[in-house]
Amino acid sequence: MRRAMWLVGLVTIGSLACHRNTQPVARPTPPPPAAVATAAGPSGPPAPPEPVREPVLVPPEPVRPDNITSNSLDELNKQGLLKPVFFEYDSSELTQAGIATLNENSTTMKRNGSWTVTIEGHCDERGTPEYNLVLGDRRAVAARTYLVSLGVPADKLRTVSYGKEFPFDPGHDESAYAKNRRAHFVITAK
Amino acid sequence: MKRIRTWFRTPAAPLAAAVAALALTALEARPQQPPQQPTDIITTITSVDVGTPPRYAVPDFLAITKDAETVAAAQTIARVLWDDLNFEHEFALIPRDILSTVPAATSLEDVPFERWREVNADGVIIGTVQKTDSGVQVRVRLYSVRNRASAFGREYTGSIANPRIYAHQMADEIHQNQRALQGVARTKLTFNSDRSGERIQGTIEQRSVKEVFISDYDGENQRQITANKSLNLHSVWAPDARSIVYTSYRRGPPSIYVANIYEGTGDELTKGGAGQNMLPVVSPDGTRIAFASTRDGNFDIYVMNRDGSNARRVTSNAAADTTPTWSPTGTQIAFTSDRLGVGAPEVFIMDADGLNQRQLTHEGYADRPTWSPSPYNEIAYTARTGAGNDIKIVDVSTREVRRLTFGEGTNESPAFAPNGRHIAFMSTRSGKSQIFTIARDGKDLKQLTRLGNNYQPNWSPR
Repeated sequence: MRRAMWLVGLVTIGSLACHRNTQPVARPTPPPPAAVATAAGPSGPPAPPEPVREPVLVPPEPVRPDNITSNSLDELNKQGLLKPVFFEYDSSELTQAGIATLNENSTTMKRNGSWTVTIEGHCDERGTPEYNLVLGDRRAVAARTYLVSLGVPADKLRTVSYGKEFPFDPGHDESAYAKNRRAHFVITAK
Repeated sequence: MKRIRTWFRTPAAPLAAAVAALALTALEARPQQPPQQPTDIITTITSVDVGTPPRYAVPDFLAITKDAETVAAAQTIARVLWDDLNFEHEFALIPRDILSTVPAATSLEDVPFERWREVNADGVIIGTVQKTDSGVQVRVRLYSVRNRASAFGREYTGSIANPRIYAHQMADEIHQNQRALQGVARTKLTFNSDRSGERIQGTIEQRSVKEVFISDYDGENQRQITANKSLNLHSVWAPDARSIVYTSYRRGPPSIYVANIYEGTGDELTKGGAGQNMLPVVSPDGTRIAFASTRDGNFDIYVMNRDGSNARRVTSNAAADTTPTWSPTGTQIAFTSDRLGVGAPEVFIMDADGLNQRQLTHEGYADRPTWSPSPYNEIAYTARTGAGNDIKIVDVSTREVRRLTFGEGTNESPAFAPNGRHIAFMSTRSGKSQIFTIARDGKDLKQLTRLGNNYQPNWSPR
């Protein structure tokens, strides 16, 4: 029994040691089935230390979806899992940075295939309120078209234009404008 | 001069001022008086100097009953009438400080004409206000100072809750009687405002609620029309001035709604329609609504019946066609299109069935056309003129362009008054976004709103 405790301790230390850089938050890590089985045999030979390394390989990813499904849509959207895509002045063309962001967003969306996402098109305050509704629509559609080309199901993507009605940054300078020219992603069903 | 008695219904509900104004507007359509015989127009008051407008004196009205409410009403009616008459510049209004130097009339008939002649008045408007069992009686006479003849006389009865409506009706009738001019004193504006300071629920960013409002043409009696705590834009009047059609995001994607403001009812007109539906404008005959929709992919112009039925596509350009406006006859539609390039919208004209599309403006960036009423054949629009936007007007026949604003703040969303002589628009020149009116010659700038931000005015057609 003491030996079993020692093994569990070793497993835990090994797990912590190998996670130190990437997972600073301590989590209770269950011992590997193999180690437990070995330790459970009271008359068996002492277990070799090698299996202790096994828990390190448990991928952290599955933990996230578990948390997500327990959250409301508001909480889910607050996590900012889908990143906004920014545009140039008077343009609805995707930039290199925008394409990179959409690549990430498509991965996230494919991993969460049940989501329905509304892509909102927004503009900076220059230009007219009426034409900015067109420009916002073009931006949302550009983001949607690219996501569909990456394999995100079209029926999971809605678009809506808000023109310049909802600036992210209320400022009146270029740094504010740059933040306001965006396609913003909202998860509307999961 | 035949004295004409005009009865107004007093609303039962205590919605007071606004409803009283609405009741007046409602009755406007009905014949209030027998057709005028030519002999009924006794006198047209003119100036001694040919070519200059006649000088009018509008002293405070006489309170026959001496209670505070009547006294206040007598003063309010005269002062609002002064403003209403001054608005059209058909008469030269004698300044108020000079008016106070002339002793008041003691009755409708006993007028100190000699004193009015001394201050060079051509016409003088004398009025009385008297409380009655059912409300108030307001009587008014317009006299020629030179021959002491009554050129115009009316008697009004109704609620005393909003004395301004008596002045507005008098002003419109005097403009009609003396100048054959359609005044706008009884018209209203609609616009949207974030003045409540409320935030839209359920969003992670700070997003302001915008609701639809109405006001009198002079900015008084501002009243909220919608209360859905969402984004409500592009409100426009139907030609009967009894309904407002607008865009609302209340259920997510933008859709077109109608608010019947006298009945307190409403409906969604693009119900179940795919895509985004916005920027409605009601045809001059009130039977159709043009709007912009993405239901077939990108923004195009559509026309549907007033009740939302029978929507049909009018433009099918691969670029975005939006922001329609009807010509005064309803046979043509002007609209914005970015077919020349994204970020480079221009105003185009077409027949109402979509044929004959042709470019009207060459600004690099022009949007939100609004067609003037007759007799002017002009289209006002917003043009990018630098860091901000300005209001410009193009003559549809000659294509001559003139500018109405000159870079003070940004200036957007022009709307014509029903007589074509004034334009309402949004400007940031005083700080926040506010509604202003300006005469079509660029004079008489007036700020109408001060609470919160206010956008996208539209002027009622009557």
